[in-house]
Amino acid sequence: MGDADYGVHKLAASTVDWKAIREDFPILREQAHGHPLIYFDSAATSQKPRPVIEALRKFYEHDNANVHRGLHTLSSRATEAYEKARQRVADYIGATSAEEIVFTRGTTESINLVAQAWGQKFIRKGDVILLTVMEHHSNLVPWQLLAERTGAQLRFLPVLDDGTLNLEQLSSFLTPEVKLFAFTHISNSLGTINPVAELCAKARDVGALTLVDAAQSIGHIPLDVQELDCDFLAFSGHKMCGPTGIGVLYGRAEVLDSMPPWHGGGEMIVSVTLEKSTFKKSPHRFEAGTPNVAGAIGLAAAIDYIQRIGRSAIFEHDSELAHYAAERLNELPGTRIFGPSGQRGALVGLVMEAAHPHDLTTFADQYGLAMRGGHHCNQPLMRRFGVSGTTRASFYFYNTMEEIDRMIEILQHAVRFFSPKERRSPVRPLS
Amino acid sequence: MSPEIEELYQEVILDHSRRPRNFGELQDATVRVHGDNPACGDEIHVAVKFDADGGLEDIKFSGRGCAISQASASLMTTKLKGKSRAEVTEMLRLFHDLVTKETSDAPKTLGDLRVMGGVRKFPQRVKCAMLAWRAVQQAFEQGSGEATISTEPA
Repeated sequence: MGDADYGVHKLAASTVDWKAIREDFPILREQAHGHPLIYFDSAATSQKPRPVIEALRKFYEHDNANVHRGLHTLSSRATEAYEKARQRVADYIGATSAEEIVFTRGTTESINLVAQAWGQKFIRKGDVILLTVMEHHSNLVPWQLLAERTGAQLRFLPVLDDGTLNLEQLSSFLTPEVKLFAFTHISNSLGTINPVAELCAKARDVGALTLVDAAQSIGHIPLDVQELDCDFLAFSGHKMCGPTGIGVLYGRAEVLDSMPPWHGGGEMIVSVTLEKSTFKKSPHRFEAGTPNVAGAIGLAAAIDYIQRIGRSAIFEHDSELAHYAAERLNELPGTRIFGPSGQRGALVGLVMEAAHPHDLTTFADQYGLAMRGGHHCNQPLMRRFGVSGTTRASFYFYNTMEEIDRMIEILQHAVRFFSPKERRSPVRPLS
Repeated sequence: MSPEIEELYQEVILDHSRRPRNFGELQDATVRVHGDNPACGDEIHVAVKFDADGGLEDIKFSGRGCAISQASASLMTTKLKGKSRAEVTEMLRLFHDLVTKETSDAPKTLGDLRVMGGVRKFPQRVKCAMLAWRAVQQAFEQGSGEATISTEPA
């Protein structure tokens, strides 16, 4: 499967009962300020379906114990469930084996793990880490810290006005000094879907490793690390229907095995004397202390849930929503939409002349519409586009076209509300 | 329209945010304070000129931000111009109470600033309302030169 083709089958989406899926998410019945909740903030964190909540409850009610160290029944059960979850993740992303899957707290910790463990060993003064201008702070700040420690340089691939990466300049940025190219799969502010396989291939040509920030893509589009041919892939469970506090670092086996540990403690050692310790192989070498067992089990349940629907179907559904949202937002006066006009991830960033992002999100919240206003941990990208922040509506498979229509209605009222009296156009009253 | 939203964005506030008063550069400023709200990327520049007695002779601001921060800054400048140091300090205290505390009656001395009272129902927006005020507070503490403040402690 090439990068431009996400294996989208029309048939897939049409066979899913999207309305029925909403019933799996108890939180969608909540109200905010007396209005039915419209949750358009899934890029920040997704909601959780009942099977995930049930998996957590079941673990704590029946299997809870520490892993890898007890000989009793519960400890074996917990260990088995935890390691099965690791295998589940490996299968989900197409890793060669479960040993390539390190459990972390989330995307941020996964990237910090690479920056510290791999960076400390392999990065020297004069080396270059290549990033892009659209990176989330979590894929920027760890590299700034590494650069400070080692004297390495950071280099940034620019973003074009349409929100895509400047691929024409890529070759000139990928010089032999580049040791790592770390970039996002889907931009959390623009919705841009980057051509990961192409970027990885180009990096490999100059001998650079690659790290893909898959936080926004992991639960949204089919993804296979063999096809992408990346060295590292980082993501969080909570943006893909899983619990918070669990995430994954995928690393190619030989790369992970070449890395020293980063956190020291129990669980990651083979033997310890007062002077010195020897360490387990990957992935346990990178999991010091009691891990988030329940989180891993919840993540496996989330994977099961997503796979029952199918990532192709999800991608098609979410793309339709995002395109429809962008199209309808264009109808609103004085509205600027960010990101590519073609294929985009499940989100739309916008600014309106009539109102600042914070005023807009405060207004929308009064009608039960949850959006995010601000810089989205993307300050350099916001600067690139000359704004201090945007309002972001982000979607998932439990959202509907009707909710987008309602958003447009609410925003029309916001425009009217925040515009000077003489410029206010009549709109239908908002219920 | 919800009553909270109407109360937060009163017409006076929207008017000040669209046409901020005392907006621009103050050539002979004694202190310039740059205020940041990293949570949203908003920034404000407050320039203050002190008179011989340390009172606030003139004040201007520039920058960009939400309706709440812009209106708060604008209303603040109209209120504080010509006030003594003690009066400014008192006003600061009263304004902070206005946007954070549930009180029945806002003191009359606040005048037009009382329209900002709706902010107290929106705790996430208190920082927006306080940004310009924190800058003025810093200007008085500093006395001269330049400074940068932030809504987030660094």
